[in-house]
Amino acid sequence: MKFPSKWALATAGLAMIQSVAMADDTVKVGIIAPFSGPFASYGQQFKDGIDVYVAEHGVMAGTHKVEFVYKDSGGPNPAGVKAATQELLIKDGVKYLGGIVFTPNALAIAPLITQTKTPTVLFNAATSIINTKSPYFLRTSMTLPQVSAPMADWAIENGIKTVVTTVTDYGPGIDAETAFTKEFTAKGGKVIDAIRMPIQTSDFGPFLQRVKSKAPNAVFAFLPGGAPAFAFSKAYSDNGLAQAGIKAIGTGDIDDETTLQGLGASGIGIITSHHYSQAHDSPENKAFLAQLHKLRPNDVSNYATIGAYDGTFLLYKMISSTDGGDAAVKSVEGMSWTSPRGPVKLDPVSRSLDQNVYIREVVKGADGKLENKEIATYKDVPDLGMPAH
Amino acid sequence: MSTLFSIVIDGVAYGMVLFTISVGLSVTMGLMRIVNLAHGGFALLGGAFTHWAMTGLGLPFLAAAPLAIAMVMLLSLPMERLLYRPIYKMGELQQVLATIGITFLIIASVNWWLGSTLQSIQLPAFMSGAVNLGLRTLPTQRVYVIIAGLLVICGLYILIERTRFGIKLRAAVDFPGTAACLGIDTSKIFLITFALGAGLAALGGILGAEILPIEAYYPLRYMVLFLTVVAVGGMGSITGSFLAALGLGILDTATRYLLPDFGTVFFYFAMILVLGIRPNGLLGKSLS
Repeated sequence: MKFPSKWALATAGLAMIQSVAMADDTVKVGIIAPFSGPFASYGQQFKDGIDVYVAEHGVMAGTHKVEFVYKDSGGPNPAGVKAATQELLIKDGVKYLGGIVFTPNALAIAPLITQTKTPTVLFNAATSIINTKSPYFLRTSMTLPQVSAPMADWAIENGIKTVVTTVTDYGPGIDAETAFTKEFTAKGGKVIDAIRMPIQTSDFGPFLQRVKSKAPNAVFAFLPGGAPAFAFSKAYSDNGLAQAGIKAIGTGDIDDETTLQGLGASGIGIITSHHYSQAHDSPENKAFLAQLHKLRPNDVSNYATIGAYDGTFLLYKMISSTDGGDAAVKSVEGMSWTSPRGPVKLDPVSRSLDQNVYIREVVKGADGKLENKEIATYKDVPDLGMPAH
Repeated sequence: MSTLFSIVIDGVAYGMVLFTISVGLSVTMGLMRIVNLAHGGFALLGGAFTHWAMTGLGLPFLAAAPLAIAMVMLLSLPMERLLYRPIYKMGELQQVLATIGITFLIIASVNWWLGSTLQSIQLPAFMSGAVNLGLRTLPTQRVYVIIAGLLVICGLYILIERTRFGIKLRAAVDFPGTAACLGIDTSKIFLITFALGAGLAALGGILGAEILPIEAYYPLRYMVLFLTVVAVGGMGSITGSFLAALGLGILDTATRYLLPDFGTVFFYFAMILVLGIRPNGLLGKSLS
């Protein structure tokens, strides 16, 4: 006698759980994100975004009740995330997944979601390649090439002819450097030095002194948000680069809303490109922030919050109009809507968002707090990192 | 020439930051002979209390910082009595495990209290910005760190080598039995020294916050840095820590100016080299 294979059993179990889930008409969505550890603020931002959407639209998506199941991923942790995903799919019987902060975590679950045909909305992981690894990945954040290239365009248009790039020496840093340099040199700009800073750097003074000695028009920076970005901006202002006429430009990772106030006066004047600013002036963003502050008066909204909010919108769309799987992904491909960040469209090929990229300047707002004030807009920028484009 | 000047200036400034954040560890680990991995936790608490006193109570920096240091020292007293007392008697590995447990406790408490985002410390106007040295500028804050570092090393030298307390401390560490027989209250000496170490950690956390920003995971993120300085300097030697911090600071700064792509390789290579030749560190006494 032949025993049924482990997978057949698991699939049968999954089918049973799914039929139970369908019987009481609750659709479960698994959210995988860091809720503990050094990156726990991402989990909180995601939860804010989801909670705001649910507060606005209720727990029902069409005729289905939506239930979120949260799983802690810690930091970059592919093996742990894979195990958590298996548990969500088999034990909890979730039909959709969302969240995900780090690229390795997203790559680790690609085979699983392809096998179970589970639509998975990436709220944050930002390497272009992820979406080519499974047709069930949808992305509501951005990719680094998408936000780095418009920064180069703006620099050229505003009389910046020479740049020194300073990026943290790891995957996303090199992505940002490559995308910026390609666009900047193509438009006639000159990168006179490219510095890759070790990931453990804490004193950025020497790098900025080196930049200063080369006297470029601007220094382009990409660093992971939090402590490194903070120390870099401090070093930029303390070493007198602004006085020497060297502008600081970079991607929005270096001054996101969760660390912005910490920069203090040293942050003023820094120019970054990103797809969302809490200070974005639109009725949608005002309504979104009003709801957020009703739920959590002290929380701020950043790119992770908005990624989760729009991600929840996509999940609700799929849940209300389909029974999951391929049909769910099909139903939202090519969809356009107005997000608090501005108009967006889910590109049917890249399954990432075509969206406006804003150039923002750090200024002191009306309430005396720092804000990322939008000073220029590049409309409908696609994911420039996709090989298909 | 101007590069060399920059390396020395930035190196000394960075080295002094390294010294202020590790000298507390040099006191507890070197003088008291306990492997106190929770050192960074006290530095974090110093920074977190300062942030809280400035944003929550609205105090200016110059009032908030001493208050935070006093709070950390006060908190360290019951911790020494309840947690560290049993740890003194443990073996080295057990000390590592017990103190890393305390580190996790501190991290979790701060994370629960203030969240995992950056806790900034806004410096007063006279300490921020840059000073012009003629050839180049230097962040003003570093000037204060250098002054503080020099005051700390002079103060400690006088305390340990030239006062009655220092004599008692050295006696209590080296010959606890004899010291007790001579009527020295060793448990009180240890309590005071532990609080001193915690206070110095808090001072370092506050002064170093410009380049090692305060956030809940601070103790783990920079643990290797503190341990390297103390190990290279030599256990129990304040002067050793001072020389190690300056040397490593200058070396690390030089590689960043001249060979940025090599990262921190030279920093750790120097550590291997020094410990290979002198296993007890630059000025360490053998622990026999």
